[in-house]
Amino acid sequence: MLSTGSNLPDSVSDKLPPKPEIGLPLWLLAELTYRCPLQCPYCSNPLDFAEQGKELTTEQWIKVFREAREMGAAQLGFSGGEPLVRQDLAELIAEARKLGFYTNLITSGIGLTEQKISDFKKAGLDHIQISFQASDEQVNNLLAGSKKAFAQKLEMARAVKAHGYPMVLNFVTHRHNIDKIDQIIELCIALEADFVELATCQFYGWAQLNRVGLLPTKEQLVSAERITNEYRAKLEAEGHPCKLIFVTPDYYEERPKACMNGWGSIFLTVTPDGTALPCHGARQMPVQFPNVRDHSMQHIWYDSFGFNRFRGYDWMPEPCRSCDEKEKDFGGCRCQAFMLTGDASNADPVCSKSEHHGVILKAREEAEHATQTIEQLAFRNERNSRLIAKS
Amino acid sequence: MSFDRSKTPTWRTGYRFQYEQAQKGHVLLYPEGMIKLNDSAALIGGLIDGQRDVAAIIAELNMQFPDVPELGEDIEQFMEVARAQHWIELA
Repeated sequence: MLSTGSNLPDSVSDKLPPKPEIGLPLWLLAELTYRCPLQCPYCSNPLDFAEQGKELTTEQWIKVFREAREMGAAQLGFSGGEPLVRQDLAELIAEARKLGFYTNLITSGIGLTEQKISDFKKAGLDHIQISFQASDEQVNNLLAGSKKAFAQKLEMARAVKAHGYPMVLNFVTHRHNIDKIDQIIELCIALEADFVELATCQFYGWAQLNRVGLLPTKEQLVSAERITNEYRAKLEAEGHPCKLIFVTPDYYEERPKACMNGWGSIFLTVTPDGTALPCHGARQMPVQFPNVRDHSMQHIWYDSFGFNRFRGYDWMPEPCRSCDEKEKDFGGCRCQAFMLTGDASNADPVCSKSEHHGVILKAREEAEHATQTIEQLAFRNERNSRLIAKS
Repeated sequence: MSFDRSKTPTWRTGYRFQYEQAQKGHVLLYPEGMIKLNDSAALIGGLIDGQRDVAAIIAELNMQFPDVPELGEDIEQFMEVARAQHWIELA
């Protein structure tokens, strides 16, 4: 509460901005499966993915797409896990494209073939994003937990362009690969990527578990951003269409990110078992989320408890409640607040106004002295997942 | 530098112009992104078909809106911006 001496809590809530009108669910992320041939130790899937329920059927997914499209969803991402392990992927793409979605396949490239690239094109797929683990073969394969991953990715990236798709290359960067960001960018330009996402690890799921072994130092980050800006200037001077997108880890910020552009604002994720989430990290929260098997997308988006839980400003405690930046960042990320403070309503501890900001400062400090090697990270696989779910 | 109106715009590979009922307007969709177009951009965008050159687009809109004197310049400006943003290619 404000330290004005007022005993009228209503006088505070009176000052809250009105609850904004609920926006359209413009972005639908379809996590088709948690199955994946890779074992990336920074995977954003839940730690207990191996214990999750049965995957939705083809028909159930198509119903989700149809209802979301009617509500205004325009972008559809096929993700996972590795979406390519779903045998009905071409059918799902075709249905989604017919409905008018812009269809994005977000893949590791493992399991992709020229035949599939061509089949998906015929089905109407608009874009393919391939994720890399590193710019050199050895580190990439070590991180992916596969000896053939790198060569396969290169071959598939070339095939994607040869078949006339726009291509996004995604590199998750962390302390073991971020110093090679110049090589990463050079590789992406050589592969004719239209967009390059240089996404510093965000600490959810497996990445949170491995945070000490992944978070780059401040110096590493500053250097990587400087190099990226040099390449940006060079590309722009050449009129080159390749766009570099640099995502900083919020651990080095003093104000939190406007996570998902606000809770239940434009993003809707459906997980393999049909649980609908306002963001793909929200599953771990102690909030009841609806399932597409039980409810319409209309109910899920507009009426469900889970999607309304953190809309507007009424739910905010201090310091967010009286903060004049709450309409800009919405108090940051609810998942991060929950993971790091135990209460999802708290200010994201990235914010220097948070009483828990010390955990972020401690993580930065640890990054200066961390010695963990890649081999020492906990790899995302079924065995580790079951062990974690049991413990 | 004068604008060459004989060039023909095409949307860049992977960029799609379409009407969105829920937004009651036209958008440009691209990998993992979307731009909501204003009414005049939507009118111009609707005529980008890889066949019409810029002069033909101007002529077409001049017929629809004979009372807008600077229409040609507006369309040239749209083309410049769209090319700088790499939404279109002019060939």
